[in-house]
Amino acid sequence: MARLGSVQVPMAACAPGSASAVPATTVTSRHSALVRVTHWITTLCFLALLVSGVEIVISHPRFYWGETGNVLTTPLFKLPIPSSRALVPTGYGYVLPDQNGWSRYLHFQAAWVAVLTGLLYAISGLFTGHFWKNLLPARAELSWRRFSIAVANHLRFQRPSEAEAWSYNVLQRLTYLFVIFVLFPLVIWTGLAMSPAFVSAFPATVNLLGGQQSARTIHFFVSLSLLLFLLVHVVMVCLAGFRSRMRAMITGRSGTHTEPI
Amino acid sequence: MSDLSRRKLIITGLAATAGVSGLGVAARMAQKYGLVPPDHGGIYGLGETLTYASQRLLTRHSLAREFPRSQISKPPLANEIPPLTEAFKRLQAGGFADWRLTVNGMVDRAASFSLAQLKSYPSRSQITQLVCEEGWSYIAEWIGVPLSHVLDVVGIHPQARYIVYFSIDPDWWESIDMADAIHPQTFLAYGMNGNELPVGNGGPLRMRLPRQLGYKSVKYITHLTVTDSLKRFGKGLGSASSDGGYAWYAGI
Repeated sequence: MARLGSVQVPMAACAPGSASAVPATTVTSRHSALVRVTHWITTLCFLALLVSGVEIVISHPRFYWGETGNVLTTPLFKLPIPSSRALVPTGYGYVLPDQNGWSRYLHFQAAWVAVLTGLLYAISGLFTGHFWKNLLPARAELSWRRFSIAVANHLRFQRPSEAEAWSYNVLQRLTYLFVIFVLFPLVIWTGLAMSPAFVSAFPATVNLLGGQQSARTIHFFVSLSLLLFLLVHVVMVCLAGFRSRMRAMITGRSGTHTEPI
Repeated sequence: MSDLSRRKLIITGLAATAGVSGLGVAARMAQKYGLVPPDHGGIYGLGETLTYASQRLLTRHSLAREFPRSQISKPPLANEIPPLTEAFKRLQAGGFADWRLTVNGMVDRAASFSLAQLKSYPSRSQITQLVCEEGWSYIAEWIGVPLSHVLDVVGIHPQARYIVYFSIDPDWWESIDMADAIHPQTFLAYGMNGNELPVGNGGPLRMRLPRQLGYKSVKYITHLTVTDSLKRFGKGLGSASSDGGYAWYAGI
């Protein structure tokens, strides 16, 4: 609350030129430079992985469970889309052009950049205390009451309070932790479990998942979850104030209270 | 210029110099230890080089998973194949009695093998998975002669770095590095699931490379060349797939 108090300084104190009178919160970054840079690199990589991933799926829009699967085996499910291969019976009378060459190149290049960026983020986050300071919910926040209030506020599309512009609520914290420490590792793991060379050195990576086709199916669902996260994330940014949130993630400055300056 | 900004400038300059020379040293080391793929140029060269170099370091001697006989896919899948060439049909009409595998390049004894000669060498079998870059897969038993045995027969020169292999269909040729060429699971396969290798699966002779995706396992092999450089083959990217926009290394 002390921090909140410092936000509500009289406007006169924030007059241009009187830099010493500017409250600490207006000069402190909402997001550190490292968080901002890794955020946008990850965004670019995710979009590249998404587009190339969709192109690769189009060459065989069927999913299986277990070790093997092909057009002669019963799929777990099929996507109701045309394919870029004549081999796949889709019910459509046409075959889409093959885009797998550049898609596969782009997919793995973006994966490399994303993984290296993620490593930089994770290691620096451990050193700076970013995870336990900004993302780990306080014990008090983990009560059902607080949790249900946060959910209800989200469902009512309530704009965040001034305090929330400076920190994350419990729902955000749990979601970000889930994405960073569950979905990202899982999508990397299942991706590597599809590599015939990688699994020759580390067979447990695919055996634990129940087979190469199971890994592919899980990879698809984890990717869908990440896409769902991205969509909700963007909607929330728009609801909370697109310009101020974008400014916070690009320049580091945050909050409507800094606008008069 | 204040002291602070001068110090900043010097530190940044030193860091940039160290970074650039570090990258230079890394590139030379990678080249020396054969960690740079032939398709390292272009906008995707970075990712491709990282993938090939790291997998080559991790998987030089690792063996692809082998499966129990009960896991062999039934019925066996035969992928769609391009129309068979006239040359292939002529040899097929003669029961492949005149099929030849010619081997030349950086070898002591260039040779031409009949299928009967290849089958007279100690045969090996493996029950491994074939994974296509599209996403489907199947498990089969592959019977053949390890490529390393054929390379021993012809005697390869110490400076040899790649084996380039050609299908009877001129549109299909690929190459692999020596780590994959002498790998015990790299076969010239002539049998499948206890029988002759069906034409639909690449018979009478197919390269089989279980640690890479299916497109490296070229069908209807008639010719091998041992070389130290891929520059004079096609566009110099190492394979017909690379010339067509696909990655040369297909371990992922």
